[in-house]
Amino acid sequence: MSMLEKYSTVRVLGQTILLLFWSAMTVWANEPKGSSSHGTNIFAPASTPAKSIADLSVFVLVITGIIFVVVFGLLVYSVVKFRGRSMDAGREPAQVYGSTQIELAWTIIPILIVVVLFLATARVIHAIQDAPEPTGAVQVTAIGHQYWWEFRYPKLGIVTANELHIPVSDPSRPTPTFLQLLSADTDHSFWVPELAGKTDLIPNHPNRMWMDPQRTGVFLGQCAQYCGTQHAKMLLRVSVDGPEEFAAWVRAQQSLAVEDTGAIAGKRVFESNACMNCHAVAGTAADGRFGPDLTHLMSRATIAAGAAENTQKNLRLWIQDPSAIKPGSLMPAIKLSDADLDAVVSYMETLR
Amino acid sequence: MSAVTMTTTTAFPNTAAEWQLPSRGKVAMAGLIIAESAIFTIFVVAYLFYLGKSISGPTPREVLETPIFYTICLMSSSLTIHLAAKCLARGIGFAFLGFWLLTIALGGLFLYGTAEEWHRLIYEHGLTISTNLFGTTYYSLVGLHAFHVTAGLIMLVTVAVFGLSGRVGEKHSSRIDVLSMYWHFVDAVWVVVFTVVYVLGR
Amino acid sequence: MSSNAITIPGAQIEARPWVDELHQWLTTVDHKRLGILYVLSALLFLAIGGVEALIIRIQLMRPHNDFVSPEVFNRMFTMHGTTMIFFVAMPVLFGFANYLVPLMIGARDMAFPRLNAFSFWLSFLGALLLYFSFLGGSGLYGAGSAPDVGWWSYAPLSARAFSPGHSSDYWTLALLVSGFGSIGTAINIIATILCLRCPGMKLNRMPLLVWMNLVMAGMVLLAITPLSAAQIMLLIDRYLGGHFFDTQAGGSAVLWMHFFWIFGHPEVYVLIIPCFAFMSEIIPVFSRKPIFGYPVMVAATVCIAFVSMSVWAHHMFTIGMNSYANSFFTLTTMAVGVPTGIKIFNWIGTMWGGTIQFKTPMLFSIAFLFQFLIAGLTGIMMAASPFDWQLSLSYFVVAHFHYVIVGGILFALFAAFYYWYPKMTGRMLSERLGKWHFWLFLIGFHLTFDVMHIPGMLGMPRRIYTYEPGRGWDTLNFIITVGAFIQALAILVFLANLVMSYFKGARAGNDPWDAWTLEWSISSPPPAYNFATVPTVGSRRPLWDLKHPEDPDSRYE
Repeated sequence: MSMLEKYSTVRVLGQTILLLFWSAMTVWANEPKGSSSHGTNIFAPASTPAKSIADLSVFVLVITGIIFVVVFGLLVYSVVKFRGRSMDAGREPAQVYGSTQIELAWTIIPILIVVVLFLATARVIHAIQDAPEPTGAVQVTAIGHQYWWEFRYPKLGIVTANELHIPVSDPSRPTPTFLQLLSADTDHSFWVPELAGKTDLIPNHPNRMWMDPQRTGVFLGQCAQYCGTQHAKMLLRVSVDGPEEFAAWVRAQQSLAVEDTGAIAGKRVFESNACMNCHAVAGTAADGRFGPDLTHLMSRATIAAGAAENTQKNLRLWIQDPSAIKPGSLMPAIKLSDADLDAVVSYMETLR
Repeated sequence: MSAVTMTTTTAFPNTAAEWQLPSRGKVAMAGLIIAESAIFTIFVVAYLFYLGKSISGPTPREVLETPIFYTICLMSSSLTIHLAAKCLARGIGFAFLGFWLLTIALGGLFLYGTAEEWHRLIYEHGLTISTNLFGTTYYSLVGLHAFHVTAGLIMLVTVAVFGLSGRVGEKHSSRIDVLSMYWHFVDAVWVVVFTVVYVLGR
Repeated sequence: MSSNAITIPGAQIEARPWVDELHQWLTTVDHKRLGILYVLSALLFLAIGGVEALIIRIQLMRPHNDFVSPEVFNRMFTMHGTTMIFFVAMPVLFGFANYLVPLMIGARDMAFPRLNAFSFWLSFLGALLLYFSFLGGSGLYGAGSAPDVGWWSYAPLSARAFSPGHSSDYWTLALLVSGFGSIGTAINIIATILCLRCPGMKLNRMPLLVWMNLVMAGMVLLAITPLSAAQIMLLIDRYLGGHFFDTQAGGSAVLWMHFFWIFGHPEVYVLIIPCFAFMSEIIPVFSRKPIFGYPVMVAATVCIAFVSMSVWAHHMFTIGMNSYANSFFTLTTMAVGVPTGIKIFNWIGTMWGGTIQFKTPMLFSIAFLFQFLIAGLTGIMMAASPFDWQLSLSYFVVAHFHYVIVGGILFALFAAFYYWYPKMTGRMLSERLGKWHFWLFLIGFHLTFDVMHIPGMLGMPRRIYTYEPGRGWDTLNFIITVGAFIQALAILVFLANLVMSYFKGARAGNDPWDAWTLEWSISSPPPAYNFATVPTVGSRRPLWDLKHPEDPDSRYE
């Protein structure tokens, strides 16, 4: 059997195991099957890079599994067969010092295994890392901050935060998303397990990754490189939309902030306090870049990078005292009066 | 308190008469040199990596002047210390002391040269350790070397003090050899630093 | 400890006041006492590091727990990692090396006894400095805080801009100081082994423990020093305005990673190789056969030392190196598994055809083989860099390295304790308590660290003080915490065994295990001078030759 055929057989075997794994993991993950919200299981890939990784992983698992069974078997056998019995007392067994043939055998076989594993791995490394960017690709620049994600779509003129929307990709006419990864402060890592392996966001060291999700729905993830106090609550939500939904989302995000005359009081509070030093609302005087862009805040399901659901109550609490939700977050507690607080929350709620 | 005597009637090969092992002082100094080489290697790697990457400030080409004279001083001090050690091994105390003091003078001259260069860089060109990447890596690497020269000089002066009061003799020869190993190492590091900073880096 | 004097019949021995005894211990340069000081210091910090681990596990027991604040949690995992690696694992292994190497080569002491003492106290001072940070370090959020930047102290998180105050300086200085102590000990070990062997002990007749400590010491010289260099650079950045890792000035965060892992990877081999040494001494004795393939074991160890210096960036597969670099490090990382695997086969080959005795040291050794095999295989999984793009920075990695460190290193250490405690104290450890210790720890270990692989594969990153419910991590984390407490219980049994057996254990003679290396030829505990006459050896197992003069090893080597 050629190496390729051997690999194919293992692939079939592997895919069966992958299926079993996926089922087992899904049970563990207690996700209801068929829900639009996906889990974070590396063996439930929904995108080509994640799938290539999962396939390679199964191959590696099978080989290491075989090695384990063989060596463990030898260990168990020797422990059982050569256990000392009372009749052995006083006699020493044959003093064997070694055997060149055996040493050669168990040197050469592992070397061959390493060669096979390496070649299989190198293929996947190149396939994922050196993939060319097709013309239909969506380009996103992700900038990591302590403790939130900035997403810019340079060609579409969109700036948003924490929740990424990307189009589903049809394998026959792929529309993958290519991300450029930057950081404004410390190291971060973009990890949405079911869409791709993780890639770090490192200051002064731009990185690149891509994903082409083939199922719609919301995919979850979070920052994977310790970046400071609230590393744990730098969550990711990637919404993979069908083509019409994605186009609609883009149009909505490209528009300037909704102007609601009922919220003028809140807008005034927003602009006369420190808020606009850090936050931007497109079409108004607020143009701060240190914190998330709030132009379409209400289009997001969560606030504070996933630390809380986007409800009126949470918004109010967050503005009043960020450390109640995310202690260590870099947003200061602006001491607003209750009236001002209510006004500014009402203003936030108009930013659809 | 039993002590099992291993000297039984069996005659083992390689027994006491022919049993020669290396000198522990030399082995220990070799170990120290290996460890220090690793530290210097990391600083050299940082220097080379950051060449040309400073985003502002003076560049090596603009401000560095090759310290040929002081390098010759330091390299000669390797020769003089070698001669000093040889003299001591032969018991020629006076020559040993002469070469030893010459080594100290040459090493001191080298340090003076470094100080002079740093003075010029700081006051004439405004290059400090915090100016830019070149400043940081330059002062760190050259400074680390100068620190090791200083430490060596302190040891050499200590020996000189004992030597001048007549306390160093032929029987201390192996210890002097160990110390001169360190001094040769310091000089060898300078060859590398010199090449990286003044030759490659410009 | 007994006073090691030769008794003169009829003479009266005065009891020494305890201050005198304490003074003896504090000023000792005897390798045996320093070895014991290293071990006792390590046990103290094992307990402290263990408490830090339990705090972490209680906090993670359920999602959105608030047992500790995020700031405290981040300090806990930083201190736990730093303590366990630098102030438990390294000292205890140096301690055993200190105790055993001179005895096994028939020497009077280490090559430089005063340097030995200096190195120990530097290491201990480093530990005290690190823990002083709880009182002395000040951070942005209040007075008194330990470092919270993770035990890797990645730039730029550890730079002035993101870690104001002094907490991370305690990390840097403590490790710099103890690092110099480690280099001193390494130089001492190398000089001792190369220069103080007794007549007849050629290099290819040294016990494997001696060989492996020689290799370990050589690696320390080349591995610890890059960390020291990087730490000096960090201090220059933080205090002299340097820009080594200042990304705003064009500096590189990746450079710190390279320097750290050039230390960090060989470091883990520095930790495991002495444990291979323990296994290579203990498994033959309890299988009643010589080690299978002595020359190959030496060659494999040297091979591991060299290859392990070329694999470091497998800790950096996610940082965006190009595909050629990732492929290179995949290859070298998989390659280092070959000599390591060969050693496992040789240990099994030693047991094969033997007469295995299941005393406590052997129980721990067999568990070591099983667990180290698994740990090595999960390492191979992560060597495949695409697989690592998912597994890296997750609980899978945490499970893998605890499998190596606890399942491998700690189990081997327990074996070594049970095996050499009689030599050090003259008393046997209780077999009954030993078996309780073994089975409790085995169960707790597997409950925690087998299960821990799963949340990693389900997307749980590491170093998070809490997590979202409903991702499948909840129950698993609870089970992991339960296992941690079982391990803690087992450690208490072990500590109780150490103390109780010291006073009430059965007296051990010179050679309770019927072993074959030189330390078993003298009393337990040995006299201060070790050997009354310098031994001469003719083979790798001098005591076997003495006990079996009709069939000595020297005939076959």
